[in-house]
Amino acid sequence: MKHRTFFWFFAPTAAAMLLFIAFPIVSVVMQSLFVPHEAVLIESENCGPFGCTKSTTVDQSATEQLRAEKPLGRFAGLSIYTDRGHLAFAEVAEAWRTSDSIGAFFKELSDLPFYRAMGFTLTYTFVCTPLLIILGFAIAVAVNSLHRRLKGLMIFFSLLPMIVTPLIGSLILFWMIDSRGVLGQLIAYLADDPSLSLKASTPLMWMSLIVYGIWSSAPFAFVVFYAGLQTVPQDTLESAQIDGATRWQQIRFVVIPHLAPLVTFVALIQLMDNFRVLEPIIGFQAEAHAQSLSSFIISDLSGETQQLSSAATTSVLTIIGVAILLSPVLVRTWRDFRGGAH
Amino acid sequence: MSTSVKDRKPLGLKIGLWAFVGIWFVCAAFPFFWTLWGSFKVELDFFSIADWTNAIFGRNTADTYGTPFTLAGYDGAFVQEGFWRNGINTMIVCLCVVTISLTIGTLGGYALSRSGQKYVFWLLITALMFRALPQVALVSGYLPVFFDWNVWGYLPTAIIVLVAINQPFTLWMLHSFFESIPKDLDEAAKVDGCTQFQAFRHVIIPVMWPGVITTGLFSFLLAYNDFIVTSLILNESNRTMVPQIAAFLGTTYTEGNVMFAVAAVVSATVPLFILVMFFQRQIVSGLTAGAVKG
Amino acid sequence: MFLKKIAMASVVSLLGSTAFAAGHGCSIDARVSIVGNEFPAIQTVGAGATECTGGEVSKNLTADHQKINLAGMQGNPAEYTTAIVANSSIVALMNDDVIRPLDDLVAKHGKDLKQNQLITINGKVMAVAFMANAQHLVYRADVLEKIGMEPPKTYEDMLAAAKKIRDMGIMENPVGGAYKAGWNLAQEFNNMFLGMGGQHFEAGTANPSINNEMGVKTLNMMKALSEYMNPDFLTHDSNATNAEYRAGNVALMNMWGSRAATLVDAEGVSDEVKNGFAIAGPMTVGGGDQAASTLWWDGWTVAKNVSDAEAEATFIAMTHAIRPAILEDGEVAKQAVWLIDGYSPTDAAVGVFAAAQMNTTPYPMLPYMGLMHTALGAELADFMQGKESAEQALADVEAAYMAAAKEKGFL
Repeated sequence: MKHRTFFWFFAPTAAAMLLFIAFPIVSVVMQSLFVPHEAVLIESENCGPFGCTKSTTVDQSATEQLRAEKPLGRFAGLSIYTDRGHLAFAEVAEAWRTSDSIGAFFKELSDLPFYRAMGFTLTYTFVCTPLLIILGFAIAVAVNSLHRRLKGLMIFFSLLPMIVTPLIGSLILFWMIDSRGVLGQLIAYLADDPSLSLKASTPLMWMSLIVYGIWSSAPFAFVVFYAGLQTVPQDTLESAQIDGATRWQQIRFVVIPHLAPLVTFVALIQLMDNFRVLEPIIGFQAEAHAQSLSSFIISDLSGETQQLSSAATTSVLTIIGVAILLSPVLVRTWRDFRGGAH
Repeated sequence: MSTSVKDRKPLGLKIGLWAFVGIWFVCAAFPFFWTLWGSFKVELDFFSIADWTNAIFGRNTADTYGTPFTLAGYDGAFVQEGFWRNGINTMIVCLCVVTISLTIGTLGGYALSRSGQKYVFWLLITALMFRALPQVALVSGYLPVFFDWNVWGYLPTAIIVLVAINQPFTLWMLHSFFESIPKDLDEAAKVDGCTQFQAFRHVIIPVMWPGVITTGLFSFLLAYNDFIVTSLILNESNRTMVPQIAAFLGTTYTEGNVMFAVAAVVSATVPLFILVMFFQRQIVSGLTAGAVKG
Repeated sequence: MFLKKIAMASVVSLLGSTAFAAGHGCSIDARVSIVGNEFPAIQTVGAGATECTGGEVSKNLTADHQKINLAGMQGNPAEYTTAIVANSSIVALMNDDVIRPLDDLVAKHGKDLKQNQLITINGKVMAVAFMANAQHLVYRADVLEKIGMEPPKTYEDMLAAAKKIRDMGIMENPVGGAYKAGWNLAQEFNNMFLGMGGQHFEAGTANPSINNEMGVKTLNMMKALSEYMNPDFLTHDSNATNAEYRAGNVALMNMWGSRAATLVDAEGVSDEVKNGFAIAGPMTVGGGDQAASTLWWDGWTVAKNVSDAEAEATFIAMTHAIRPAILEDGEVAKQAVWLIDGYSPTDAAVGVFAAAQMNTTPYPMLPYMGLMHTALGAELADFMQGKESAEQALADVEAAYMAAAKEKGFL
């Protein structure tokens, strides 16, 4: 295809992505490098319905001139990246020096908000993704072997956890796992501990979030694998049967290799989605036990005073994290692409 | 798989299979039935704070209304709070997002699959990175600009943003789908004197629907389910369903109408049910046809 | 063409004057655009402003208002001509200098406003308050009668009562509290810390001063209370806490005054809870004489980056929305503790009035208080779960606050 033709075909979608994804990223990077000017504070007397108090306010006339000269704010360089709210270089070094074992070091590390968010995000991503792929595959194989009529019904119900709005889905489950809810009661009954509460303990809350993550994403893996199963070459399968391959061997040596590219696809999509997990944390009100990178950004943006630079910095770090996470897949795609082009 | 394979299944395997399918069925479907059942109760029953069996038998509901079922939640959400208006907004947003993103996505995806240049790879990778961004990060970048241009709060703004956020995935899906359509088809048309666009229009468009419908369904889901963009970009009067449900839940100062929210949750899930019922075959066949070759 | 314009103008003014005659008495000649939270009292104010005729009045009342009000007032002209804020959230708008002094407008159009409605900062009126709020004790009179105790005046009494209720087997977790990690938990710390006599900052500076004896005592008291709460307390916001009260699981809690009026109105609340419902003023703690609570006001501001005509129209419309006549509607009078002239406190307002009479501290209106609040909300959850010591938690709060305050240019 000629460059010119390509350009015209591609221009609309490129424009949309440039305007609404690329430019915002640039502005986010700028926000992370600049911080508001030093505030000039003055004594003031504030009066209201409850009487007068001595207080402090920002002297606007003094700050205004600074703002007019440099509308972007103070240039902070990478200092926000290294402060305690983010990569916390000083604190990490201090923890390294003072802690006498690796365990103690990690305990110190988990006290720093960014590493804590990172810890949960990575755990969530790397526990959910493989498990949901396995579950999705198992469902696909099981459903595929059902009778034709049942198949339709099962596909329908299997897709539900995926299509339901994440916020709504997590709210529904949150209501159910309350210690007095139906699932909470069931779990307490099974564990033989009437006072057991999923919401009160960090490990149990993590598990609930991960179970929710698998529940809501397994259908995606399921439908992709199910579609893949429809294209398994029947002649290879039959010749394997003639050779006396067991059922498991058929799956292991014919079906799985056929689905391998799909596994990459599902893994790629799910790694990305799980890395930016947000809705379950909001829906489960899990802020006390688990923060993800996205919820960390949200809490910077929704305080009484917004911390734009801090939120922007976390965003940039998240983008970098995603790039690192995807790099193996990217290298692979690059090889495939080069192989395909020749 | 053929029926002959299935007939030969040993009993143990069959039981295991049925048990597995049964458990998964309960996991997948039970929360929805539970919520549907609970949406006809009062709040104290739904949350069963006093005793969990209340959620089934609705004792407090019966005390209040005389029967264990009430439409109060639905009445409140739809009549009192006008939730149907949010429903209409959602439909407008979804329809526009799907149409626009498929239109520009098909053109782009087609071009990517037919170019063969090196930059195609980098475009695809960029798109992939864009797909991976946390949306929260983007929205804070939009706010000042949108307020400056006076476009904040309106449906078209949210539509365009959702289209853009949706493009990377659409491009990837359609790119690999078009790759699976033989290049000879449009090459032959070009030999016959068609321009690239004419070839696309007359040769590709008639055969692209399975992949496009599947991609469209995913776009629809994204637009329908979006919470972050719609809650921060839409004005109160233009809200779609999901942010409205969040609003029903209340804030620090005030009591939410949790049962309105539950009724709204059930209502918002119904269109999705219908959608999947009609399109599940297309989802599978579209994916089978190559949209997921990755 | 010219004639047509004159004809139009006279029709418009006629309409305006008929509206005046109809008793609304509010005509404006420029755009008004409101952003604010969405609770019923604010809905009433928003609806009142839209009664004005002659200019377009639009409103956007949403729980996300704090995420958009600053961005929406920074443009020129600003999207919003007024933001409805509280004493915690006005600070963010003042820090970025997006609201204007109202002295001239008060002189011109504000004769119905009472002096104590005017929020003055350094001598300039920056906002007009219309309602007050505070957290105070809500209890079950019948349960306290059963155990033979008076409504607690101090948190120590509350603990004693809670112990007795549990020991007598009346309730398993008799104390309720909005201890949800984040904003709510931080607010409970603020209440208790101020009640202990603490100050969040060294006087006149942005340096934190919470990692001290009072801070530790505060956290220990919160921890002691949480022993009598539902184990899920870190996920309970005020909605969930109220739900517990309504279900009859809670007998004592520190709750927002704005919630008192409708607390037991919900469907399905048993008569026992309805009849036992009672409120009282806030409690003190640690032998201090200051209530462990904070006073809040809600009010409106006017944007700086709008034309003078728009500012004037906004002031007129918003003043109209909080005119004394709105209290004639009984439902409206119940919605809040109004600061409007002619308000007579309902039974539900007793707690807030008691708080005001006890000289409770207003929520600190300091430029960096919001950052402190966020830091508290994020870092205290570990202590409440018993994962770290009080000193460690307070040190973490200070460190988190310092990082944020440096970024914002306060340190």
